[in-house]
Order: sequence, then C-alpha cells, then structure tokens
Amino acid sequence: MSTVEKVEKGVRVELEAEEAALMRALMEQLLELLGEGPAKDGDGLLASVGITEEATRPEDPVLARLFPDAYGDEEGGAAGEFRRYTEMGLRDGKREAAGTVLAGLAGPPTAAGGVETVISDADAQAWLRALNDVRLALGTRLDISEEWYEEAARLDPRDPRTAMFAAYDWLTMLQESLVRTLW
Amino acid sequence: MSSAPAPVELDRPEIEEHRSADRPWLAIVWNDPINLMSYVTYVFQTVFGYPKVKAEKLMLDVHHKGRAVVASGTREEMERDVEILHSYGLWATVKRDD
Repeated sequence: MSTVEKVEKGVRVELEAEEAALMRALMEQLLELLGEGPAKDGDGLLASVGITEEATRPEDPVLARLFPDAYGDEEGGAAGEFRRYTEMGLRDGKREAAGTVLAGLAGPPTAAGGVETVISDADAQAWLRALNDVRLALGTRLDISEEWYEEAARLDPRDPRTAMFAAYDWLTMLQESLVRTLW
Repeated sequence: MSSAPAPVELDRPEIEEHRSADRPWLAIVWNDPINLMSYVTYVFQTVFGYPKVKAEKLMLDVHHKGRAVVASGTREEMERDVEILHSYGLWATVKRDD
C-alpha cells in the first residue's frame, strides 16, 4: 500500500515497487502523448514565444480532454485563437509536471524495492496536476462514466481493460490522499 | 513557458470587443466523470483563493447542475482563469454574460 503524509518539509510519499513502476510507466506514456511541442510546431519564431499555428481541437479524445476548447461555438473563432496562444504553454506545464513526478521517483529504491520521497509543497502541486492528467487520459480511454465502478466489477478478469480500471482506481485513491494531505 | 526574447508583438486579437466592452465575461466549469470532488474543491480554493465553503458549494453546483460560473470579470481575466483551470485539468470555458 502507498503512503501519503504531511511531514515538516512537505509531503512524504511512499510507493511499493509495483506502484512506483506503474507510476513511472504512466508518466512516461503521458510525456509521449504530450509530444515534443515546440520543435515540431511549425514556425520557430512564433513557437519560441509560446504561440502555435494549431488552432483546432485535437482529434485524439485524450488530447481533446487535456486541451479542451475554451469557447463554445457561439463565440465564432475564439476557441481557435485561445488555443493558438495557450496550448503550447499548457503543454509545457503538463510535461514539466510529469517530469517532476519522474524526478521524485528517481531516488535509490527502498529495501523492499519501492520508492520513498519527500516532495516540497510546490512539487506536490505538480504531482497533483500530473496525477490528474494521467487519470484524465486513462479515464477518457476507458470512456469512464460516474458508474464506472459497477462496470469494472462486471468485467471478465481477462479483459485487458481490467488492468486499466485497476490502475485508474489506484491513481484515484492516491490523488484523493494527496488532496487531503495538502488541505 | 518559453522565455526567448523574440521581437514579436503579442497583441491578442480583440474579437468584437467594441460590442462587449461593458459586459462582463464568465468562467464556467463543466461537470465530468473523472475529476474528483475533493480535487475540484481544492483547485477552486487554490486558483481563486475562495474559502472552502464557497469552493465546495461551487463544486456541488458543477456536480449537480452540470456546470457553474466560477468567476466573472474582463475577457482577459476570464481567459487567464480558464487557462489556469485547464492546467489543473478542469473542463472550463469562457462565455460572455448575457
């Protein structure tokens, strides 16, 4: 079982070996999903100040959830404009947060092969956001509804989604503990 | 954020600003099945500095009514708020108050 608790210098997070491995894998997948950003986003000068030419909502439902439209259709092209000015900065922020988690997991393993780390309050914010992004990605892939628990319970244990639901459930619990610790 | 000193004017296009100059804009958060109730409350407290009671009420509005107005102000302020809410993974939009 993972442990999340308030300590003098921030938040102590302890993960078992499998939990740490799962977290690493998920953060790496998130980084892969977020892509390189500036390097491939067209005009170098615009890219360097955080503006992209990308003005349409991503087709991938997960990316569309991570970078939602900021305006409804009634405001004309405003959603595209907003996206051009903000998406790269948001993307960088999400990449940075996932990187902070990976750095926190990089220390020497505990005797049991797990991870024990004390993260600062600032880093805890990055952990919260990155954990949430991974939950958003996983939850969107699973097409999660508010009744997902019943759905998961009915699944055949051999169904590949069973492992995804289990990961989602664990991340949910971890995020809940982190929120309660920071409150 | 990139900090490259590039000589580019960052004037944002003012879409129909003349029509809406005296009308406040709203930041709206929409319900979704993934974000945790505790997390959403915490984000409202952190981003807007709302007391827990107000943040909780807004979260419950989002949860039960499907959406809630979480802030109002100029268009620029609301876009800034929505950008921050997106960084926390909340589903937020900007809308003219009408």
